[in-house]
Amino acid sequence: MKRFLAPAITLVALLALNQSLPRFLNPYYFQVLILVGINITLAVSLNLVNGFTGQFSIGHAGFMAAGAYGSAMFTMTFGQKIAAAMIAAHLPPVVAQGAMLLASLLLGGGLAAIFGYLVGLPSLRLRGDYLAIVTLGFGEIIRVIILNVDAVGGARGLPGIPQWANFFWVFLVAAIVIGLAVNLANSTHGRALFAIRDDEIAAEALGVDTTAYKVTAFVLGSFFAGVAGGLFAHYLSYLNPSTFTFLKSIEVIAMVVLGGMGSITGSVLAAIVLTLLPEALRAVKDYRMVLYALMLIILMITRPQGLMGTRELSWALFGGRRRGGSK
Amino acid sequence: MSTFLQQLVNGVTWGSVYALIALGYTMVYGILRLINFAHGDIYMLGAFIGLYASRWFNAAKDPSPVKALLVLLTSMLLSALIGMIIERLAYKPVRKSPRLSALITAIGVSLLLENGGALVFGEDQKFFPQLIPQKTIALMAGVSISNQQLIVLVVSIVLMFGLRMFVLHTRTGKAMQAVSHSHMAASLMGISVDRIITFTFMIGSSLAAAAGVLVALQSPKIEPYMGIMPGLKAFVAAVLGGIGNIPGAVVGGLVMGIAEVMVTGYLSPTYRDAIAFVLLIVILLVRPAGIFGKAVTEKV
Repeated sequence: MKRFLAPAITLVALLALNQSLPRFLNPYYFQVLILVGINITLAVSLNLVNGFTGQFSIGHAGFMAAGAYGSAMFTMTFGQKIAAAMIAAHLPPVVAQGAMLLASLLLGGGLAAIFGYLVGLPSLRLRGDYLAIVTLGFGEIIRVIILNVDAVGGARGLPGIPQWANFFWVFLVAAIVIGLAVNLANSTHGRALFAIRDDEIAAEALGVDTTAYKVTAFVLGSFFAGVAGGLFAHYLSYLNPSTFTFLKSIEVIAMVVLGGMGSITGSVLAAIVLTLLPEALRAVKDYRMVLYALMLIILMITRPQGLMGTRELSWALFGGRRRGGSK
Repeated sequence: MSTFLQQLVNGVTWGSVYALIALGYTMVYGILRLINFAHGDIYMLGAFIGLYASRWFNAAKDPSPVKALLVLLTSMLLSALIGMIIERLAYKPVRKSPRLSALITAIGVSLLLENGGALVFGEDQKFFPQLIPQKTIALMAGVSISNQQLIVLVVSIVLMFGLRMFVLHTRTGKAMQAVSHSHMAASLMGISVDRIITFTFMIGSSLAAAAGVLVALQSPKIEPYMGIMPGLKAFVAAVLGGIGNIPGAVVGGLVMGIAEVMVTGYLSPTYRDAIAFVLLIVILLVRPAGIFGKAVTEKV
């Protein structure tokens, strides 16, 4: 029974907050809160690739875009009609829309995962920085394609996506990613990923199928980036290719790096801080990117392992527990 | 046929610019195994330094080839200095850290140069003065080359040839080759590895700056974010030729330039930015070491 306790509490809490929060938070704060949730999903999913496995993906925005456009197109061509049919069959709208949102998120995530597989397989077989440059290239290709396909709005963007995502869905996905990452970290498969990060040759010598594990981690990361994209699309109800530039990928990387590569709580904290910070810094927004850049450089020089390193915040012992091998 | 030849001329000119930038990538990678993401932004800085230099020399009102040459040299020299400062302040402290940290530092430097540039120069486009008025030279029926394109070609060939002579036949050049093989062995032979690394950054930066000025001569709109795409594509060109390999970078740059111009001419200009990355994925699938690269087996 105990293993169902945490998910059950999370679910109840999410439902309660979903009903109560919009009542006393003003819309602006509420939207920032939603973005925090989406960014947590993005940061933790990228952490699976960059932090857990030690590979370097810098095209997370590309997978997010694939998921966002994929799920939005599904909803606008089929999802809305099916949801309308379900409502006509006397199902409550919440259930009908929720089911269709779930379907579209799975489809968007699946699309991103397929792209992740196609991109990851050739580049993860190689060592070194090739993944970085290929993911970067992929992100640009996706953006160029979206810009040129009129069916998805091209440069004008894609308006009119139904606003089905809400606090509940956004934070449910975030909770699922976090739960998955935590369980993965404590499993055989997670240990294999850490082994690859710490020493790929040694891991291979110990019988870890490094390519398979790297590709799996990468596909998983891409899937959740796609789901996050889908949530983004179904919350803002408008998509524009200029959202998914290289800068968006850098933002997510900054979250993972600041929090500490390999630390789940670190990624969550950094996602919260780095989403709120730009909102707080609106007054000096000309300097925002310069500050960002300086922060990255100084952090790498003085504390390359990030604020948390590979450690996790835990209730029992503050910074006592260490996962995986230390560098 | 004549359109094809014309495209080829344009492609080779454009490709030689990529080749100049790719040389800096490939040299730094050869020595440090670092993708210097900020390299494309040095190309941007080169163009801006060129702009200020031509104002300083009053070259806009009274253009002359000598002044154009002075602008080019000033830009190369100052960019070399900037390259040195960046290497000393940002890259040297992370040289012993994991390569991921160095890569992230490079991304940070790149963002800093772009956004710092936007603050200092302004985000809007600036017009680079016409240092050399454009003339068109007919090569054969239907095929022509502008004098600016010719200058781009000649200057790049001179620089590339000079670099080759330098690397193969001078003491410093030979030291660079030694360092790229093994830092430790090179330092045991009495080579100051730090100095060679700094020097490599300086040469790479000055070549990128030259590319920046040459491009600005042809298409005079410059802005602080202009280096991102050419930088990425030049990196792809370096991978294409075999990263770490100097002739490979030149060939990769030319292939890239020709491919882009052909895609623009025969397919659609909107797919121009995508072809580079398609080429990259194809080469990684077929021949990951690049056209001229040798596959290196990793030793435990």
